[in-house]
Amino acid sequence: MIWIQHDPVIDSGHILLKSLFFYPVLKKQIRKNITGRAMTESTISDILQFMFMGIQRGCIYALAAIGFNMIYNATGIINFAQGEFVVIGGLMMVTLTMTWNLPIPLAFLLTTAFVTLIGIAMERFTINPVKHPTVLRLIIITIAVSIIIKGAAMCFWGKNSHFMRHFSSAETLDFYGATILPQTIWIIGILLFIVAGYIFFFNYTMTGKCMRACAINRDAARLAGINDRKMVMLSFALSAGIGAIAGIIITPIIQMDYARGALLGIKGFGAAVLGGLGNSMGAIIAGVLIGVLEALAAGYISSHYMDAIALIILLLVLFVRPSGLFGSSEAMRLKEF
Amino acid sequence: MLRLVNVNGYYGLVHVLKNVSMHIDEGEIVTMLGANGAGKTTTLRVISGLQPVKGGKIFYQDKEITGVPPEKLVELGIAHVPEGRQIFRPMSVYENLELGGHIIYKRYGKAQLKSDINGMFELFPILKQRQNQFAGTLSGGEQQMLAIAMALMARPKLLLLDEPSMGLAPMIIKEIFKLIAQLQKERKLTVLLIEQNANAALKIADRGYVIETGRIVLEENATALMSNQEVKRAYLGKDQKEIWE
Repeated sequence: MIWIQHDPVIDSGHILLKSLFFYPVLKKQIRKNITGRAMTESTISDILQFMFMGIQRGCIYALAAIGFNMIYNATGIINFAQGEFVVIGGLMMVTLTMTWNLPIPLAFLLTTAFVTLIGIAMERFTINPVKHPTVLRLIIITIAVSIIIKGAAMCFWGKNSHFMRHFSSAETLDFYGATILPQTIWIIGILLFIVAGYIFFFNYTMTGKCMRACAINRDAARLAGINDRKMVMLSFALSAGIGAIAGIIITPIIQMDYARGALLGIKGFGAAVLGGLGNSMGAIIAGVLIGVLEALAAGYISSHYMDAIALIILLLVLFVRPSGLFGSSEAMRLKEF
Repeated sequence: MLRLVNVNGYYGLVHVLKNVSMHIDEGEIVTMLGANGAGKTTTLRVISGLQPVKGGKIFYQDKEITGVPPEKLVELGIAHVPEGRQIFRPMSVYENLELGGHIIYKRYGKAQLKSDINGMFELFPILKQRQNQFAGTLSGGEQQMLAIAMALMARPKLLLLDEPSMGLAPMIIKEIFKLIAQLQKERKLTVLLIEQNANAALKIADRGYVIETGRIVLEENATALMSNQEVKRAYLGKDQKEIWE
């Protein structure tokens, strides 16, 4: 029996190719979709609806991008297992809430702690023991880890997607003709909460300042008595925790399965690059921006092209302005990767 | 206080330090002279643990410290001010000092760190004025002072200074050397000073080593070095005529 595995990365690459080759068709479709309608109240509520959808997905990309940046700043590498943290967070939450019937706040804490431990274990057992760490070596290690985690997730949770109940009610709320899920409000609220925590941690606590110092100048930080290896471990722990939270809050809406990590990771990476690698505030704005553009594309062009948008943006940024929207081009020249 | 025995060091594949042996006694200012690429900076990096020692041993207060990472050496009282003012430029001056005193914070807590920073402001009034500015916006001399202040925040016993005068105006160089001499007296610091500006360094130093292509070729007290014909010619830029005539 031959069966083709559904791989989101290959799929989106395929979509990307399609969108390049069938540009004329695409143009016609866009024209039909946009000019076919009068600018009525329903269009406005449509836009509003797409915005909500976009912001909701964008928040997830933003959280993934923060995770990328955190590890990038501490080690100079891109952690390709970031998407897997999101998936494990989501699936673990499903098990705890739907199978074990734990209350959501408790399950939330347990899941975050569990995935944070996975992040720590990943750093201790795969990154830390490398004798001559080069950027390329470490990146390949993270790819290997992502494959291992994906395989393990498939063994534990199977191949089907999992449903999870919403944090509060699943009833939609009306908002100027558009509908909004209470879960979306949760997502936005939790993103804001994490951003506030992030700012507080990196600007007002000694540990956060030490992490920043390590990112700015590794040798000088070590000479000030900061243990750089510990900071790397901490960055993995934090980014795994943030990834888990992203997975937890999105699962009620998208229904998590084991193979989602790669695409979530790549879109998060797109957000990180668009915002300027290493710049977390830029990543948040870029993440939401990508989410919104994606939703608009899904609404006005075709939902088939939705996944291509993030990748097209990623390519455009890499071609036109590799330092990203908010990164300084001077700093980019000094970066190794 | 510090003893290097037959230390070898590599910079990538280049054999930079070849059997370097030297010692520094408590309370001394020792300077190391040498041309570019002779191995001065590597010597400091090897002592502070930033670079691995390949062959040879380093002793500090009669304990072996070969291979101990820099973050541990800071706790033992070795502070290294690397060349080129390695401060955290996108952070404020105050934050830089906090990070310099990171081990004080770990050991004694926040209140002690604060009072230490205030003590540092008395020593460097200019840093107090600039405390909320980004460190990268300071002038060269101020950045060097900040780098020294950061190292002092860790309450070191041994201070390793790598070219503190690099790229600074003569007036400011004078000020910084005055400061180093003053610190050594007031805080009973031991200083290992690496300088291109041999004149200024020998003036405040007790003893000096001359290093050439990774080997120590001369060890004398500072006044003897200053009158040494070869040192004069190669490092002090004096008496060229006498030699030619």
